[in-house]
Amino acid sequence: MTISLSLHTQPDVPLEAELISPDKLAGLTTAEIEKQTVEHGNQKTTIADFFTVAGEKSDSLVLEGDLSKIKHIGSGMSFGKININGDVGAHLGTAMSGGEIVVEGNVGDWLAPEMLAGRVEVKGNAGHMVGSAYRGSPAGILGGEIIIHGNARNEVGHAMRNGMIVIGGDSGDFTGVNMLAGTIIVLGELGIRTGAGLRRGSVVCMKNSKLLPTFSYSCVYQPTYLRLYLLYLQSLGLGIREEQIMGHYERWCGDIIEFNRGEILLYHE
Amino acid sequence: MKIKSTQIDDTFAEAFKMWASRIIITAETKQWAMAAATSMTGFATSVIGCKCEAGIEREIPVNETPDRRPGVSVLLFAMDALGLGKRLVERVGQSVMTCPTTACYSGLESEKTVVVGGQLRYFGDGFQISKKLAEQRLWRIPVMDGEFLVDERFGVQEAVGGGNLILLGKDMKTTLRAATAATKAMRTLTGVILPFPDGVVRSGSKVGSRYKSLMASTNDAYCPTLRGVRPNSELGEDVNCVLEIVIDGLNESVVRSAMQIGMQAAAKPGIKRISAGNYGGNLGQYKIDLYSLLDGDKP
Repeated sequence: MTISLSLHTQPDVPLEAELISPDKLAGLTTAEIEKQTVEHGNQKTTIADFFTVAGEKSDSLVLEGDLSKIKHIGSGMSFGKININGDVGAHLGTAMSGGEIVVEGNVGDWLAPEMLAGRVEVKGNAGHMVGSAYRGSPAGILGGEIIIHGNARNEVGHAMRNGMIVIGGDSGDFTGVNMLAGTIIVLGELGIRTGAGLRRGSVVCMKNSKLLPTFSYSCVYQPTYLRLYLLYLQSLGLGIREEQIMGHYERWCGDIIEFNRGEILLYHE
Repeated sequence: MKIKSTQIDDTFAEAFKMWASRIIITAETKQWAMAAATSMTGFATSVIGCKCEAGIEREIPVNETPDRRPGVSVLLFAMDALGLGKRLVERVGQSVMTCPTTACYSGLESEKTVVVGGQLRYFGDGFQISKKLAEQRLWRIPVMDGEFLVDERFGVQEAVGGGNLILLGKDMKTTLRAATAATKAMRTLTGVILPFPDGVVRSGSKVGSRYKSLMASTNDAYCPTLRGVRPNSELGEDVNCVLEIVIDGLNESVVRSAMQIGMQAAAKPGIKRISAGNYGGNLGQYKIDLYSLLDGDKP
């Protein structure tokens, strides 16, 4: 049994829909879900104004349609599952602490900022600030995992403190900027200034990259821990090659302007 | 009762409740994984003298190990969970971390765990790195060939130690051959180890000694050289060599299975009797009756 929300009317301006979450809808009937209030610009509207609702009383939500103007879906989510069959807007899964969100399309900016736990998987591309801290916040994600099969734009994992972010394609500039701990794995190309301000944590990339001069080269070696991560990602269907699992990596330490306990690992062909 | 020409004694093995952990060791090659496992299971024949009992459970093919490298699983037993944790830290630290290219993982899923990598991490002198993949926390400790990777916590569970068989043969050659056949058969099982040298012990012991400082001493009733001076000798005139096989397992069922197939394999011409060691049933929590391991009822 699932609760299904199919978009029938595209909003003119972004729809603030943080109540589309198992935490808010799991115990409601179909009629009650339809009456829930969502912010459409400066107007209060209901879910029924935009969605056709089917199903009730379930912790599994299925969303259909082009939701690229729907923001804050799954904010604060702590359990259950949301499947999104289409594109979706910004702030998806903000500060979620459990459960799972799977997006078949693309997502906007600020995917799962300040996430605590749980899992987000995006089959398409993501915007800026994946798993980041909000401006002024001391830390980004504290746990959980974010898997993006496509590309992501700038500042992936800004100030992240724990957890794992995986980008199946390319990552933009400032990947892992001000990172405190955790793991970012990029299977494609990195943008510029990766790991600027990195204190601890790992940024791993399968392509060579020009790094900041505040990172110092250590060695080429085979990090055993990375095999566990890559085998796990391979089991999720990401394009991990056998030679990457068993391969050698350049280890660069930094950022020397910070704590200098972080690392960037670059696959050594 | 008999198996072929071998008499099976109407007695039981007295086994004890212990605590156990399974340790998965991987390395760049099977040779190095086995080197670490061999070192880790050294001097671990009896809790009385070694504080723990340990043995190699099996080799693990690369497609079954966490990091797809050759692996070996080791079982370690101690009398309580606290002691087991201490032995794990000592032995993983001294025998596995020291061995080139190794990594070490918990191989037992259990609600109860003990901290191992979380203790060993301090060897990293501040350069150690924690990684958390799903619910698994690992420690990366920098060492001279790269990094030693170890699970923070290892699962531990209640287990059974001290299952045993005593083989009484006409001579040393025959008894050794039977013991070797029995241990080879027992090693086909998982969940059990045979902690003594190549699975066999010749210095079976009894509780107590005429010397106050000793809590155990030689099992004189089974020493063939003492048959002439010990009126309570358990040996007939046709027995000139006795060897014992001790079995520790993750549960009673697997210890029983090991004893069962061990008896079948050991019952060869020249093996006069197969017996088992016990303390009158007063010490151990488990009594494994030899007849119950055979198909028939007691005669």
